[in-house]
Amino acid sequence: MAQIFPKWVDRIPRRLLVGIIVILNAAVFGVWYFFSPEYTDVGYKPEQPVPYSHKVHVGKLGMDCQYCHTQAFDSKQANVPATQTCMNCHDQVKTGSDSLKLVRESWDTGKPIEWVRVHNLPDYAYFSHKAHVNVGVGCESCHGRIDKMEVVRQTEPLSMSWCLDCHRNPEQYVRPVSEVTTMGYDPKNQKKMGQRLVTKQNIHPPTYCQGCHY
Amino acid sequence: MSTTYEYVPKPALVKGDHDFGDITDMICETPLQKTPPLWYVAFGAANILLLVMLALIGYLFWEGTGVWGLNVPAGWGWAIVNFVWWVGIGHAGTLISAILFLFRQDWRTAINRFAEAMTIFAVMCAGVFPAIHVGRIWFIYWVFPIPNQMAMWPNFTSPLLWDVFAVSTYFTVSVLFWYVGLIPDFATLRDKATSKLQKITYGIFSLGWTGSFRDWWNYEKAYMILAGLATPLVLSVHTVVSFDFSVSLIPGWHSTIFPPYFVAGAIYSGFAMVLSLMIIARKIYGLEDIMNVDIMEKMNIVMMATGLLVAFAYLMEGWTAWYSGYIYEQAIFKLYVVGPYDWGFWILMFCNVVTPNFLWSKTVRRNVTLTFIISILVNIGMWFERFMIAVASLSTDFLPSSWDYYSPTWVDIWTYIGTFGLFFTFFLLFLRFFPMIAIAEVKAVMPQADPHYYEENGSNDHGKSGDNELKSNND
Repeated sequence: MAQIFPKWVDRIPRRLLVGIIVILNAAVFGVWYFFSPEYTDVGYKPEQPVPYSHKVHVGKLGMDCQYCHTQAFDSKQANVPATQTCMNCHDQVKTGSDSLKLVRESWDTGKPIEWVRVHNLPDYAYFSHKAHVNVGVGCESCHGRIDKMEVVRQTEPLSMSWCLDCHRNPEQYVRPVSEVTTMGYDPKNQKKMGQRLVTKQNIHPPTYCQGCHY
Repeated sequence: MSTTYEYVPKPALVKGDHDFGDITDMICETPLQKTPPLWYVAFGAANILLLVMLALIGYLFWEGTGVWGLNVPAGWGWAIVNFVWWVGIGHAGTLISAILFLFRQDWRTAINRFAEAMTIFAVMCAGVFPAIHVGRIWFIYWVFPIPNQMAMWPNFTSPLLWDVFAVSTYFTVSVLFWYVGLIPDFATLRDKATSKLQKITYGIFSLGWTGSFRDWWNYEKAYMILAGLATPLVLSVHTVVSFDFSVSLIPGWHSTIFPPYFVAGAIYSGFAMVLSLMIIARKIYGLEDIMNVDIMEKMNIVMMATGLLVAFAYLMEGWTAWYSGYIYEQAIFKLYVVGPYDWGFWILMFCNVVTPNFLWSKTVRRNVTLTFIISILVNIGMWFERFMIAVASLSTDFLPSSWDYYSPTWVDIWTYIGTFGLFFTFFLLFLRFFPMIAIAEVKAVMPQADPHYYEENGSNDHGKSGDNELKSNND
């Protein structure tokens, strides 16, 4: 009887088997890496209507975060300042600057500037600035070195596993509340200090689902 | 010690006057012939039901589980009932092919291929329900332990997760087992095929089988290993399914008798389904000499034994309720018997407790029509058993103020009916294109396979059953 298949067909099943294993593993790795916010979201750097520079205001002039983001310690939101806040200085400083044209316009018309939100959590994750900054989670822990950014960009993934890194081991990240807004805070004894702060302030971050999803 | 016993030879497993060639021709005829018009009619009907199922699943995904009849105490409805029912049916195949193989029950060869196919398709139907009942289908991948950016793993302490692994392992091993058994028969079909397409298709699936000694050696080893792997699975799958209920604290669920009781029930319903399908198929395809009445009787005996085990478990539920002194357990048992779903209980009692007792009679066991009726009743009874467990226990739980009566919606009912479309679509494809009886295995248990077999009465009379002492060596 004549052969139905050529000889090279013998090699197919083994290759198919190896191929399937490789593809399945690649698929798992692909989803794990490329679908994660670490890959998709970090580095998000939208253009803002006004070229406001944190580098100048925080890094060079040394303004405190709370001068503009006044509600961070008192509410869920760390608010974006009203035009009034800008005008506190800019009705005297650089009054004719081209970059500030939109700010002056807003000041005249009373229509707010439409800033673009950079750090965007999903709606099903409840996050409160108040709960975090009052126990010593530094601004820079989540937002990065704002004082070095010309334009604000997302530096952390803000994914669930990233949240849990800290919720599970808060002592590795907390600092004294007085140092929350400090940029480039580098305690030499983080472990010891963190442990002490966690005990003293009775920090028990939730790791159950409804801690953040409710 | 002086008593002497007369030796009674075992009846031959294949009736009629057949030699090896006849068997090959008989079984290969169906896959290789032109498609009969009636097959198209049946296949079309099955396809329509399958489409109904798919459409309703689409509707469910679009609208959410509100389209089902679920209410607050009864959060598990027909979806779970149907899942357990189909998985239960999917137990016969592997029992027949693995456990009976290890126990050297040669009569299994007449039905093992058929029953395994039924198993695989039944498990597919079962798999539909847990997948679609999750509500947010786009998160279904959460049941698999895949590393993800949420640092989230399945809950390994939940029986519902064990279920995912139990059923998927069972399905995988069943498919492998089925396929390994099919390889030599696919090769037979490849060699008998006349058209190019058939040659190539069966050629691909027979994986270059040559029928050499080494091929057979590897095959036998692989088959034995898979039988060994599949055997514990027969018992574990429905045990884990029963954990879905018994690990929780709901009265009527939280019971140690559940695992053995579920396994017995599964085999009971599985054999019933094999019988229902076999009785029709053997008639249509003229395989009454292989799937003969002797085989049917043996299956009826298994069905009766497991049926009585199930009946015993019902009795024990009542006993446990009474003896435990636990008022909630007692209340739920009373509510089964005279509660809102008592009609279900009495259907169940009739189908599962009364029906198997008819099988004490040899006449009934060997009567094709009666067996068919009984097998259908058993399947109805087993569906109601799961209905009583899932729905009746939930809707009348601890707090009478929250009791609510569960009734299915049209979507529930038609999704269930639709799964028959899924089942029969695959089953008809199997009947049409696969050798529905394990050709090689049947030949091995025929009298002619015995090396000491002689055609004593001349070539016209070979293989006649029960008249040849030497044939008894095949047991």
